Amino acid sequence: MICRTLIACVLLALCFASAAVLAIDPLQYRDEAEEQRFRQLTSELRCVMCQNQSLADSSAGIAADLRREVLELMREGKSDAEIKQYLAERYTDFVLYSPPLRPGTLLLWLAPAAVLLGGAIAVFVIVRRRAQALNTAPPPNDSTEEW
Amino acid sequence: MIRRWLPLAIFLTLIGLLYAGIRLNEQRNPQVIPSPLIGKPAPAFALPDFKDPSRVITQAELRGAPYLLNVFGSWCPECRVEHPLITELARRGVVRVVGYNYKDEDADAKQWLARFGDPYHLIVVDRDGRGAFDWGIYGAPETFLVDAEGIVRFKHVGALTPQIVEREILPRLKGAQP
Repeated sequence: MICRTLIACVLLALCFASAAVLAIDPLQYRDEAEEQRFRQLTSELRCVMCQNQSLADSSAGIAADLRREVLELMREGKSDAEIKQYLAERYTDFVLYSPPLRPGTLLLWLAPAAVLLGGAIAVFVIVRRRAQALNTAPPPNDSTEEW
Repeated sequence: MIRRWLPLAIFLTLIGLLYAGIRLNEQRNPQVIPSPLIGKPAPAFALPDFKDPSRVITQAELRGAPYLLNVFGSWCPECRVEHPLITELARRGVVRVVGYNYKDEDADAKQWLARFGDPYHLIVVDRDGRGAFDWGIYGAPETFLVDAEGIVRFKHVGALTPQIVEREILPRLKGAQP
C-alpha cells in the first residue's frame, strides 16, 4: 500500500518537474498585454531550425535568439506586420505560417478549394447519373408479391 | 467504355506525381531555407576581430575582392568535416575565406583553431548571434560567396563539398573577379 502511494507521489513530482523544464528561457515581460501579443505573434511564426514547430514552442538556440529579437522589435514599436516582414526578408516567407498571396503561392492557396470543388462536382454528377439510371428502369411488376 | 479505364488512369497520374516528387527531392534538401540575399548587397555589419577584439571590422574593409564567409563554431561537428576543404581553398589562394565565429566562446574557438588550423584571412566574432539575423544565418556550417562589390552571389547551408565548390563556387568566382 505504501509502495503504491510512494510511486504515485514520485510520478506526480516528475510531472511537475517536466513542466519546469518547459520554462526554457524566461523572458521578462513588461505587462500582460505584451506577453499576450508576444505569444500570439511567435505562434504565427515558424522555427527555422525545428521546422515542425512554431517559434513559440521550439527549444532550438536560434529560436530563443529570434524570440528575443521579436520582443525587442515589439518594444521598439514595430507592428506585427513589420516584424513578420523583417523576418521574412531575412529567412524568406517560409517563417510565416500564412505566406502572402503571390503568383508563386497561388497554387498553394487555391489548390485545396479547387480539389474540394472538383470532388463535389464529381460526386454530384455521379449521383445524378445513377439517379437517372434508376428512373429509366422501373422495377418489374410482380403480381405474385403480396405487399 | 472509357469509364472502365478512369480509375486506372487516375491511379497512374498519382503514381506519376509521386515519382516526380521523389525525383525533385533527391536534388535538394527541402529543409534548407534558400537565401533571400542572393543578388543583393551583403548586410552591413560591425563585428569585433577575433584576434584583436578592440578592432571592429565592417563590410568596407572587405571590398575589392570576393570572399567566402564561413560560419563556424567549435560546437559544430559538421564544421570539422568541411574544414580541410575550406583550408585548401584558402591556402591555394582560390578565394579568401573570412571566418564568422558564431555563438562560441573565445577560449573554445582558440582551441578549435589551434587543433584544426586557422586558414582564415580574418575572423569576426558574433558571440550572441544577433549579427547573424541580417545574413539569415540559422546554424553552422553555412558559407556565403560575396563578390568584390559586396553583393551576395551564393549561399550554401551545411558542410561544403568538392562538388559544390566545383559546380557553384568556382564558376561564380570567375564572374565575381573585378
